[in-house]
Amino acid sequence: MIKTDILIIGAGPTGLFAVFEAGLLKLKCHLIDALPQPGGQCSEIYPKKPIYDIPAYPEILAGELTEKLLEQSKQFEPGLTLGERAETIEKQSDGTFVVTTNKGTQHCAPVVAIAGGLGSFEPRKPALENIENFEDKGVSYMIKDPEVYRDKRVVIAGGGDSALDWSIFLSAVAKEVTLIHRRTEFRGALDSVDKVQELKNNGVINLITPAEVTGLIGADCLEFIEVTKTDEAPQRIKTDAFIPLFGLSPKLGPIANWGLEIEKNAIKVNNALDYQTNIPGVFAIGDVNTYPGKLKLILCGFHEATLMCQAAYKIINPGKRLVLKYTTVSGIDGFDGTRKEAPKSVVKSIN
Amino acid sequence: MSSDIHIKITDRNGTTHAVEAPTDMALNLMEVVRMYELAPEGTIGVCGGMAMCASCQCYIHSTHDLADKSDDEEAMLSEAFHVKPNSRLGCQIQVFPELEGLEIELAPEE
Repeated sequence: MIKTDILIIGAGPTGLFAVFEAGLLKLKCHLIDALPQPGGQCSEIYPKKPIYDIPAYPEILAGELTEKLLEQSKQFEPGLTLGERAETIEKQSDGTFVVTTNKGTQHCAPVVAIAGGLGSFEPRKPALENIENFEDKGVSYMIKDPEVYRDKRVVIAGGGDSALDWSIFLSAVAKEVTLIHRRTEFRGALDSVDKVQELKNNGVINLITPAEVTGLIGADCLEFIEVTKTDEAPQRIKTDAFIPLFGLSPKLGPIANWGLEIEKNAIKVNNALDYQTNIPGVFAIGDVNTYPGKLKLILCGFHEATLMCQAAYKIINPGKRLVLKYTTVSGIDGFDGTRKEAPKSVVKSIN
Repeated sequence: MSSDIHIKITDRNGTTHAVEAPTDMALNLMEVVRMYELAPEGTIGVCGGMAMCASCQCYIHSTHDLADKSDDEEAMLSEAFHVKPNSRLGCQIQVFPELEGLEIELAPEE
């Protein structure tokens, strides 16, 4: 069991800055994120996009902002559980919370701060009515172990990098690879597009475009897919696996079932005070929360994170008084033993 | 002085709303839909307007001459669901005086 003071769900800008603010109050943080790297949307969706409304940065790339926040929080040594999605929350008899991920990792903390942004990023599923019946019975939305497809028939759908790359990779492993895309144009690295063209010319990859998978057929496991080319009658293709690769989209996910008050797909919080949710000890900060006048801006997330930490301090240290200290005056003592402070001036007479 | 234009937006329940959109606020169609709350928060403009999700996909029903799709919009629409020949991403269409009388319908939520 991982133990910490503030368990932060979501390692985007708001979650990362919360680590820093908590550190100033000598509170330790641990971050959980469904993505394999910190930074949230900033690193997953638009690392190369410039942001113009971060105070004191006339322009900063989203990826750079993530790096700077990581650097700023590093001295407070946050723990990280990456690539796992926070699944359940349980309140213990001592008032602490246990949060368990989809991989079974358990975390315990007296304060939980949900900084989940738009939610966790999950594969986008094609709108096929019976697709859920075939999940793990032939249909998967990501490839964890390519060996599963050795000597099998595989159908991949999608037009981006992952569809191209996996088609190329699996063409050497699987018995048969069919790539289906709605358009004839693919969006990906030029190398991969050329490689798929070559494999198609050599008869290694069966390319069907412009077309869409319009049906899934099978008694228990997937046996056939039905593919429809634009303006043609549907045809059946025998297959062992169907892998739709349509990118990721954010979903609030399991957090929606935690008993929190949800409004407009966001978690309602008390903005007059400290961004606490209807569950005492559970806070929601950044894009994931809502209150009258809410703005989904990174800079607002920073403010919310700061006030949340003050409230967390009072929960963790009941009865203790807290006074605002300025880093300019007090410097910063990292949990890693580092100390940063302003250079001391001396009083010395000049003769 | 710039004036408002009139747009008809059919929401995901099939109800058509006649709205006025200012042309001097650098708005796009996704933002107009959000401004009038014609789709629940979190189901439209999820990526913020970067053509990186298709939550603002709409069908253009009038014959207005719209700017061509950028590569980003083309790419996103090629991966989106419920796409029709008249599909566009609302976030990529700026509100200009020439769009007076525009009629659009929101595509189903994915």
